[in-house]
Amino acid sequence: MMEHTEDLLNVKGLKKYFPIESGVFGRGLGKVYAVDGVSFSIHKGETLGLVGESGCGKTTVGRCVLALERATSGEVYFRGENVLKLKGAAMKKMRSKMQIVFQDPYASLNPRWSVRNIIAEPLRVTGRESKSNVESAVLVLLKRVGLSEDHLNRFPHEFSGGQRQRIGIARALSVDPELIILDEPTSSLDVSVQAQILNLLKQIQREYKLTYLFISHNLSVIKHMSTRIAVMYLGKIVEISNADELFRKSLHPYTKILLESIPVPQPKTKRKKERIKGDVPSAAHPPSGCRFHPRCPIAVEKCKQIEPDLIEYSPGHYAACHLAGKW
Amino acid sequence: MSEPLLVIRGLKVNFYTYAGVVKALDGINLEVRQGETLGLVGETGCGKSVTALAIMRLVPDPPGRIDEGEILLRGKDLLKLPENEMRDVRGNNITMVFQDPTTFLNPVMTVGAQVAETLLIHRDLRKDLLEERVAKLSEKLEKAESTDKEAGALKKQIEELKNLDPAKFHASRRDLKQVAVRRSVELLRTVRLPEPETVVKQYPHELSGGMRQRVIIAMAIACHPELLIADEPTTALDVTIQAQILDLLNDLKQTVGLSAMFITHDLGVVAETCDRVAVMYAGNIVEVATTDRLFEKPLHPYTEAMLRAIPKITERRIELESIHGSVPNLIEPPAGCRFHPRCPFVMDVCKKIKPELVEIESGHMVACFLHTEKMCK
Repeated sequence: MMEHTEDLLNVKGLKKYFPIESGVFGRGLGKVYAVDGVSFSIHKGETLGLVGESGCGKTTVGRCVLALERATSGEVYFRGENVLKLKGAAMKKMRSKMQIVFQDPYASLNPRWSVRNIIAEPLRVTGRESKSNVESAVLVLLKRVGLSEDHLNRFPHEFSGGQRQRIGIARALSVDPELIILDEPTSSLDVSVQAQILNLLKQIQREYKLTYLFISHNLSVIKHMSTRIAVMYLGKIVEISNADELFRKSLHPYTKILLESIPVPQPKTKRKKERIKGDVPSAAHPPSGCRFHPRCPIAVEKCKQIEPDLIEYSPGHYAACHLAGKW
Repeated sequence: MSEPLLVIRGLKVNFYTYAGVVKALDGINLEVRQGETLGLVGETGCGKSVTALAIMRLVPDPPGRIDEGEILLRGKDLLKLPENEMRDVRGNNITMVFQDPTTFLNPVMTVGAQVAETLLIHRDLRKDLLEERVAKLSEKLEKAESTDKEAGALKKQIEELKNLDPAKFHASRRDLKQVAVRRSVELLRTVRLPEPETVVKQYPHELSGGMRQRVIIAMAIACHPELLIADEPTTALDVTIQAQILDLLNDLKQTVGLSAMFITHDLGVVAETCDRVAVMYAGNIVEVATTDRLFEKPLHPYTEAMLRAIPKITERRIELESIHGSVPNLIEPPAGCRFHPRCPFVMDVCKKIKPELVEIESGHMVACFLHTEKMCK
């Protein structure tokens, strides 16, 4: 895969602040720094895993990349074109190149629409298929994700969580995208169904030559799916690396502790465990300097004052820590 | 082998709905031994939570009903107890920690008041109050001059209080409440909440998810229960917080001497916390074994498949093995073994007869004809 390091998506200094408002006139009380200067790129054909705890901004990154959320500042280049500057028809065209599968398959499908309608809508809106072909195109997609013709006229409530997620995947595939953002696609599913969906996602990635941005809080799932992994903490990326290397040789203390916190389904492997003290601080009042310093077991004075930059320590392995690897 | 604390025999729970009778538990047998942690694993809708609710006798009725079976706590059948005695059992003998810490705390009561309430209801705090008064007087005595007249009076007072029978001691409700709050602070400290003195005065919305779960655990251990049932205690939490809570529960098990039942769908959590595991599928227990044994040599095809279906961080595979199909509808469950439509080794007998849970090796039980047939031969 190394010869194909063409960047499909390039995100530069992405910021998203949500205002905290109160009262009738929406008096500004401050801001939630949900995403605060995030930069990364996704190579064509790879899966970039974005992992972090709840509230770290991983979903917001996904939504900003698709311009579903207006970013406060920053640039998102898709094949060299700034997505955030696009309008009207150009935006519509771009949207068909980038699709998303949402976390909650119960909330992301219109309960009053039949499966046929749900999958056909993107085809109609983008005008990809002539009216007569829509029907057969829908059927092909439906079969591809493991559903059958009988399901066409049914409604979302008649399906299980796994089947609904399949419908969501078919809908995303319908417009022939190049990039699909998978926002926790399996977190509401049981393990046996989760395995089915993960396998399906891998198969269609090979078949349709897709690039994925895989957002999840589940490290085992992220590792299984990703080529590279970016770890987020409180609106910042703290480490990006090749998936295997991240698990073997993490540089940032947060990554290290995060990895050690996962319960492993192997009772015999008793590992040395480091735990983080306390909770994630509020994104409305992020700590000064390195945002992880109040919980970091190796923090020094410098960490409280100076914010570390994301630096490349070995080829393709970036970390934002003053003491990277010295632990 | 230690003595069983809780024995469940042939427990059947049905839910009578308009769509039909949901056979949620189909005659399960289970045992929790003294001092152990038993894990109950399975997918959504397999009956894990219903089992827990049945033990507490909290199955919502209607539509649910416990139709058959017995639940013996140290030989006493909980299903035959009158409601007022059962209320004493809940909280005193068996307590429960729920999945979502937000919905199980009262949003308009301070944390201190909620923990104190548990204590006021279930524990006689008069003894605590007496002890506290004696301690206070002794402290005063130490400060006073020994020759003092005051000292003599203090000594007399202490003697009086010490000889007082707590059962006959008339304490005001206000005093008892204050003791309860002070005890709550101690409890919150046991569950390692930072600054418990402040937390008792706060409301649940001011706390994070992890802190709320700690408060619930504090309430659960307040009366030194014999059995703690934790229903997905960490599912709503992040991994780093989950690790903290699991550590806490493991430590408490030792210091407080709890037996516990851990309900979860996360096999990782099971591996790190449980001594024995019971695997459930569609309202039946299909396999019971020690944790080490279950992960090493699972016998039931469902357990095996489930173990292979989880992605692991220690290995890399292209494809995960998945179980085809989905969990059956419990209104019309498959005949015979409820797993047979999804089982790769299905035989004719599986479609007709329900396999019983049989002990294959010491402590390893499985409900599958693949193994019981072999034994017969």
